[in-house]
Amino acid sequence: MKKTRLYKYHKDSGAKLVDFFGWEMPVEYSSIVEEHNTVRQKAGLFDVSHMGEILISGSQALDYVQFLTPNDASRLNTQKAQYSALTTPQGTFVDDMLVYKLSDNRYLLVVNAANTDKDFDWVKSHKEDFDVEVKNMSDQYTQLALQGPKSLAILKPLTDIGLEEMKPFRVRRGKVKGEESIVSRTGYTGEDGFEIYTLSSNPGKIWESILKQGKKFDIRPIGLGARDTLRLEACLMLYGNDIDETTTVLEAGLGWLVKFKKGDFLGRETLLRQKQEGIKRKIAGFEIKGRGIARHDYPVFVKGKEVSKVTSGTFSPYFKKSIGLTYLPIQYTEPGQNIEVGIRGKKVEAEVVKIPFYSRKKK
Amino acid sequence: MYPEDFRYTKEHEWIKVDGDKATVGITDFAQNQLGDVVFVELPEPGDKLETHQTLGVVESVKAVSDVYSPISGEVTEVNGELNDDPEILNKDPHKKGWIIKLKVKDKSELEELMTASEYEKYLEGLEEEE
Repeated sequence: MKKTRLYKYHKDSGAKLVDFFGWEMPVEYSSIVEEHNTVRQKAGLFDVSHMGEILISGSQALDYVQFLTPNDASRLNTQKAQYSALTTPQGTFVDDMLVYKLSDNRYLLVVNAANTDKDFDWVKSHKEDFDVEVKNMSDQYTQLALQGPKSLAILKPLTDIGLEEMKPFRVRRGKVKGEESIVSRTGYTGEDGFEIYTLSSNPGKIWESILKQGKKFDIRPIGLGARDTLRLEACLMLYGNDIDETTTVLEAGLGWLVKFKKGDFLGRETLLRQKQEGIKRKIAGFEIKGRGIARHDYPVFVKGKEVSKVTSGTFSPYFKKSIGLTYLPIQYTEPGQNIEVGIRGKKVEAEVVKIPFYSRKKK
Repeated sequence: MYPEDFRYTKEHEWIKVDGDKATVGITDFAQNQLGDVVFVELPEPGDKLETHQTLGVVESVKAVSDVYSPISGEVTEVNGELNDDPEILNKDPHKKGWIIKLKVKDKSELEELMTASEYEKYLEGLEEEE
């Protein structure tokens, strides 16, 4: 199994390690619920170095990113990151990702670990006449995510970057504990926070110093278990569950990232047609009213008829109830709609609710 | 760690027998593997269970796990506290976190189960495999 450069810290801390798409990763250090609450209330540190990084460079790098993605990469500058996707001609997801402009003619796609190889092949195989070079940089980058309301206070003394000026999705370069890094105000938890990318051969210095600096705020390292419950409460999509090559960007409720006016891109025609004709199904959030916990792939019923499957479902540590996502026929997606979820052969009452389930209070 | 007067299964249930009555739960190892328990599905008193039949379900944040009956018998009582307070299973799996009480059908079935020291050896074996 592959290991990140921070593996020894996870191993030494006694974290429970699991095989996550070929990576040996911490799923929990102590307790998913405690880790979850720590991120909501204080701050938590994640090793997300398993994420993939694909570099597109060359004189037509921007044109190529524009062709591959529905969002408008021409709006990027070196101080902004953008949520986007790799889309198929059908307007469905090869992957969802963050795009960074490193410099003129160099763009970095930050993709899901499970999809890195697939995405790399996809990006390589569509470049046709574009004058670009495509490189898989995933093994070089260490990526940390510091998330939670205390993130700014913890990271500030460790870097020369003016963090407080950074709005969400802003990017800066500088040193974190002396190591050259790219820092963005992004994350996958629904909280304020930063993601730190470094090519340093000693990223453990950053890991240790953040944990030390965060001690007075009760910082904890956070595993993939709480990462999943945090992102689901905030309704951030998980590839392979909520979005994949069968779900379109519009059906996933991510229409805001499709910029039809920017020109042609893979999937544009299909998505435009879908937008004009109207989508037939859409992702919806639900809450279980009866007893039980909805899980991925459990059947969903409306008026006794199976209409879909749960894409993501869990016990929400914040709301202390079972929540989930599913694609419903569009006429059933309004909050208040009664649905049922099949849990071990029994139909359990549930109700469509507004998403995101959780949004942090903005100052 | 593991009480001497319990017997244990490979699926990490424990059973304590007193006359023809028995109490069943999951072991400390099991609760630790599961993590934070957030939901428990219990059988009904009166349910008849065969050896290895599913008697209930324990769910943590990330996992769903069936609980099997270590021996055959009839459910006489369930631990209703687990409905409101499932984390008792994490805090006190061998006492307050008991799951059901059974009327034992055939005491000789206990012979098939592991003693505390056998179970501890079994766990060491599992850890070496990791």
